[in-house]
Amino acid sequence: MAKILAVGEIAGGVLKKASRETTSVGKKLGGSVSTVLIGSGAAAGAAEVAKHGADTVYVGEIDTYNGEAYAKAIADLVKSKGYEIVILPHSWIGRDISPRIATLLNTGVISDATEISMDGDRVKIRKPVYSGKAFVNLKLKSSPQVVTIRPNAHPIADAAGAGKVENITVDASAAKAKQVKFEAKGGTRVSLTEADIVVSGGRGIKGPENFPLIEQLADILGAGVGATRAVVDAGWCDHTLQIGQTGQTVSPNLYIAVGISGAIQHMAGMGSSKYIVAINKDPDAPIFKVATYGVVDDLFNVLPPLKDELKAALGK
Amino acid sequence: MNTLVLIKQVPDTEAKINVAAGKISEAGIKWTISPYDEIALEEAIRMKEKSGGTVTALAVGDDSVQNALRSAFAMGADIAIHVKVDGYQMLDSFGIAKAIAGAIEGSDYKVVLAGRQGSDSDNGQVPLILATLKGWGCVSFAKKVEVSGDKAVIECEADGGEAVYEASLPVVITANAGLNEPRYPSLKGIMASKKKPIESKTANIAAETKIEVIGFEPPPARPAGRTIDGADAAEKAKALVKALREEIKAI
Repeated sequence: MAKILAVGEIAGGVLKKASRETTSVGKKLGGSVSTVLIGSGAAAGAAEVAKHGADTVYVGEIDTYNGEAYAKAIADLVKSKGYEIVILPHSWIGRDISPRIATLLNTGVISDATEISMDGDRVKIRKPVYSGKAFVNLKLKSSPQVVTIRPNAHPIADAAGAGKVENITVDASAAKAKQVKFEAKGGTRVSLTEADIVVSGGRGIKGPENFPLIEQLADILGAGVGATRAVVDAGWCDHTLQIGQTGQTVSPNLYIAVGISGAIQHMAGMGSSKYIVAINKDPDAPIFKVATYGVVDDLFNVLPPLKDELKAALGK
Repeated sequence: MNTLVLIKQVPDTEAKINVAAGKISEAGIKWTISPYDEIALEEAIRMKEKSGGTVTALAVGDDSVQNALRSAFAMGADIAIHVKVDGYQMLDSFGIAKAIAGAIEGSDYKVVLAGRQGSDSDNGQVPLILATLKGWGCVSFAKKVEVSGDKAVIECEADGGEAVYEASLPVVITANAGLNEPRYPSLKGIMASKKKPIESKTANIAAETKIEVIGFEPPPARPAGRTIDGADAAEKAKALVKALREEIKAI
């Protein structure tokens, strides 16, 4: 049975959903799983990840994110405890630290798995390439095996774990690059990569004065808010909302594309959504090819009654 | 200050990707510099225009990647290095990073720029592996870069907001979309690019490869969808909410 280390994420004592996903995926692969949480208020997450099967929870307290320090702490842990598989979320942090961890361990990394399984003692993954125009199946030849999984694309399951807490040291004092300032953006809405529902606006909304239509629809649904590159480049909303190859990759259960034509670069960021709704007045828009439900109509006529219907249906 | 830019040659974003027998068919594909690497190159050229020094573009692959290096010359790179490898595999980040590390051994680059990810693999691993092999810092997803004296100040996109980093040099920086708007090469630049010499190096990375590519597949077909019918927008809205609640139970 493989010894697996799941890497979680925590900030301000709030556990990210990704921590449950990496721990659950570790259990699914059939090993003994421990979870490492690094961040501010890290200890607060220990009991939570134990519910998904973590035997030991390594807790590293640090105020400010530092890729070099996180990677070194995790690589040291893998070496000293002999972990064979390391699972990270393919998040901002996971993308930044997984190649560093692998290199410190003189091994390779395979990333952004939308499917993951064991093939003997090797982790096998499937991931999209060429903006989702093809998929590739990959394994690592080297050990330990470092792998990242696409957030929101893997089931979370409950499992019994001892949840024994061990403190680790995370020291950024020797880092060559250090974060000196951080400005939070995006407000209080659910984070895009964790959201079950995402409502996203494209060029069809015509101007910044109409972006609140997207936000209002999202708020009725408790959804995350996204946008296409065209909308971001035009300055109609904050760039942190951009979904696509150059923005965030999302995998919600439901993706509602409003006034989005469906350029390949956008599809690369939302193509793994389970259900897709497209609202667009152009019946030839490529987005309809991937839509579960297509509404061919002017979004300015559809959104007002849609909001009313949703409010009525959800009792809001 | 001398700057190195890592260039990856990739299929044009609009290219049709055909999979046959577990492999990507390259027939008919138009190749370009990965769009994020183009942003990295633009940033390096702007640094040179501001403070002097040289811009070196480096690409790993077979002879075909010399086309990407010619394009880099046309945009304004001064030096081009082709690291020739046998059996280049676009997903082999560790092997590629090792080849680059070997090729730049003993050089004096203060800043290494690269795109945040190749638009083919979407991995974004090579810059971080290279930095770790070299013991340099690496700042990912840069939106603004200022180099002065012996340090760089980098504004970048981060989890849930924006961060500012200070890094000692040398440093590896990955370019996010929005860092700049890459220029179009001038006609003069294109003409001159044809004559400039490309420095050639070789690397044997077969022994360094850490991955096994089992095979490529076409994307799975999405389950067929349907158009929501209705006499007017209000009826369609009503039918959509019904479908979301009763058919897929997504709300």
